Amino acid sequence: MTDRPDIRAAVARRLQQRHAAERRFRLYGMVAIGVAMAFLALLLGRIIEQGHSAFVTHSITLDVPIDAARIDPAYPQGANYDQMVATALAARLNADIQNPEVARDLRDLLSPDMGFQILSRVREDPSLIGQTVTVEAPVGDSADLFFKGEIDRATPQDQRVLSDRQIGWLDQIEAQGLVRAHFNWGLFTRSDSTQPETAGLLGAIVGSALMLMVTALLSIPIGVMAAVYLEEFAPKNRLTETIEININNLAAVPSIIYGLLGLAVFIGWMGLPRSSPLVGGIVLSLMAMPTVIIATRASLKAVPPSIRDAALALGASRTQTVFAHVLPLALPGVMTGAIISMAHALGETAPLLMIGMVSFVPGVPESIVSASSALPTQIFIWENAAEAAFHERTAAAILVLLVFMVIMNAVAIVLRRRLERRW
Amino acid sequence: MDAPTIDTRPSLGTAARSAGGEAGPVKIRTRDVSVFYGDKQALNSVSLDMADRAVTALIGPSGCGKSTFLRCINRMNDTIQGARVDGVIELDGEDINVRSVDPVALRARVGMVFQRPNPFPKSIFENVAYGPRIHGLTSSRSELQDVVEQALRRAGLWNEVADRLEQSGSSLSGGQQQRLVIARAIAVDPEVILMDEPCSALDPIATARIEELIDELRQQYCIVIVTHSMAQAARVSQQTAFFHMGQIVEIGRTDDLFTNPKEQRTLDYITGRFG
Repeated sequence: MTDRPDIRAAVARRLQQRHAAERRFRLYGMVAIGVAMAFLALLLGRIIEQGHSAFVTHSITLDVPIDAARIDPAYPQGANYDQMVATALAARLNADIQNPEVARDLRDLLSPDMGFQILSRVREDPSLIGQTVTVEAPVGDSADLFFKGEIDRATPQDQRVLSDRQIGWLDQIEAQGLVRAHFNWGLFTRSDSTQPETAGLLGAIVGSALMLMVTALLSIPIGVMAAVYLEEFAPKNRLTETIEININNLAAVPSIIYGLLGLAVFIGWMGLPRSSPLVGGIVLSLMAMPTVIIATRASLKAVPPSIRDAALALGASRTQTVFAHVLPLALPGVMTGAIISMAHALGETAPLLMIGMVSFVPGVPESIVSASSALPTQIFIWENAAEAAFHERTAAAILVLLVFMVIMNAVAIVLRRRLERRW
Repeated sequence: MDAPTIDTRPSLGTAARSAGGEAGPVKIRTRDVSVFYGDKQALNSVSLDMADRAVTALIGPSGCGKSTFLRCINRMNDTIQGARVDGVIELDGEDINVRSVDPVALRARVGMVFQRPNPFPKSIFENVAYGPRIHGLTSSRSELQDVVEQALRRAGLWNEVADRLEQSGSSLSGGQQQRLVIARAIAVDPEVILMDEPCSALDPIATARIEELIDELRQQYCIVIVTHSMAQAARVSQQTAFFHMGQIVEIGRTDDLFTNPKEQRTLDYITGRFG
């Protein structure tokens, strides 16, 4: 202990400054995290606020008499079922179906899906012609928005999609108990459609899954093997250094460039089918590979050299050392890197635009070479659609995509926790 | 130039500890070994003979090249980028650095134990079984179990781990891990065991056990040990080589070198004046 009070005082003063600096730094950190959280909450909140309504939809149940006079039994698809549905609805609403304007306004409230359902029932069982069938179908997109309360009655008639007369009918339909609100399973069981009320994500989800499968099968084995070779076997010289720098650069190349490459090479030169998950998967695997290589090399580097020494000193060959000891220890890191790069690939949009995965594909892709869309491009397509009802579906599709990404990242975290070993 | 011929028979002073066996003929013969890491020379023209069934201790201050020399004997320096080894190293009269010698085969004959215990993050059984398995030494599971048991017994670890062979090797204490690593090395039935400061990470009791073990193993193997502890060198070895600045300063029978060093630098080092 010193008995010089001036030194003590100086230390005390300095100590106060040091504590203040520490408090300040912690405050900065908390502010930074707070800002980040606020932005995240804003983003998520906005998407959920816009998209949550798309998970609910309204269906209408109608008894529709199938007018035998209007159907040619030899060619049932030629009949106008929409008109029969509109007639049935008009009967319940006491509307004048003979008036073409009334008929059009009534049809607007319904989804063409109802007509399709009747057609398929009739084709299955022609004896239904002349009888009355009960069908349940989504209401039209504008009617759906109205039931969700998103169309304001106070808006002047010429500025909203529904006329006063249509709103009156919808009130009557609701009063008669024909309408039912339920979870929108169609969002997951149907594919893209020009009608918002029957548009779903199934085709896009399957397309994305097929594409990710191609990406994973290509980029993970090739990337891991390349990383193992570069890290464990390749001599460290000018050439491997150049390769390493280029791999790091590739990870930073704008993704649209990969799309152009895919368009020129895989579609243009190799003649692979455009808009297909195969081409999309190859392009995305080119993008994912540098990330996989970098993550694998980092986790190989993290394996303690003592393990390599131990195996080599026992007389294990290079290959045995790597595959029996080093790679298993690096596996948690490898898998985390692989899954996170797959999650990136899942959300990638720009290269898919270039290779034509933004086309309208109403069905579910049957194989990796059939035309398909993908989740991010489906979002892009819907965002550009004119109907207001597509906008809530856009937000819903974003939520679905986010859920898939969160699941993948969670799997990565769980795998890392499970497999991580201490040595 | 030939290295001075050294009488490596156990000295009378250590007779109590070395009850079994005379030191055998020269097992490893090295002449003018120089090692370069890139441009840096780590070892300069070292010549040393190491006898079978005897312990040779390599002592010297940090960075003097003793570990580098040790790693020449099983060609572990091959794994270091830019390392180059000159000179002659013979095992039983055969040059180990010629092209026809496969380092993988050589390392089956020359086992190594490292400074820090480095068991594989696998079970105790798998740690010991790995060597015999990759070299194809056993043909059946029961044979493998016998080999593992024998190795663990000779490493003095069997009684402690017999009932928990499936546990992770890293669950053992440091001293047990080091004995596990020794068992792993002797499971492939080597002729030479190289030890690079095997006790530097261990407490005195674990150290004493390893030293006892070395003394027992000496009766079958040619052992070369790098150590920073002069007391340890004096306790376990029959021959000692003092390294300094990449060269051998003095080689001698251990009791001679510690009681009657011929070189001033050796005297300074063993009396603690530098190093």
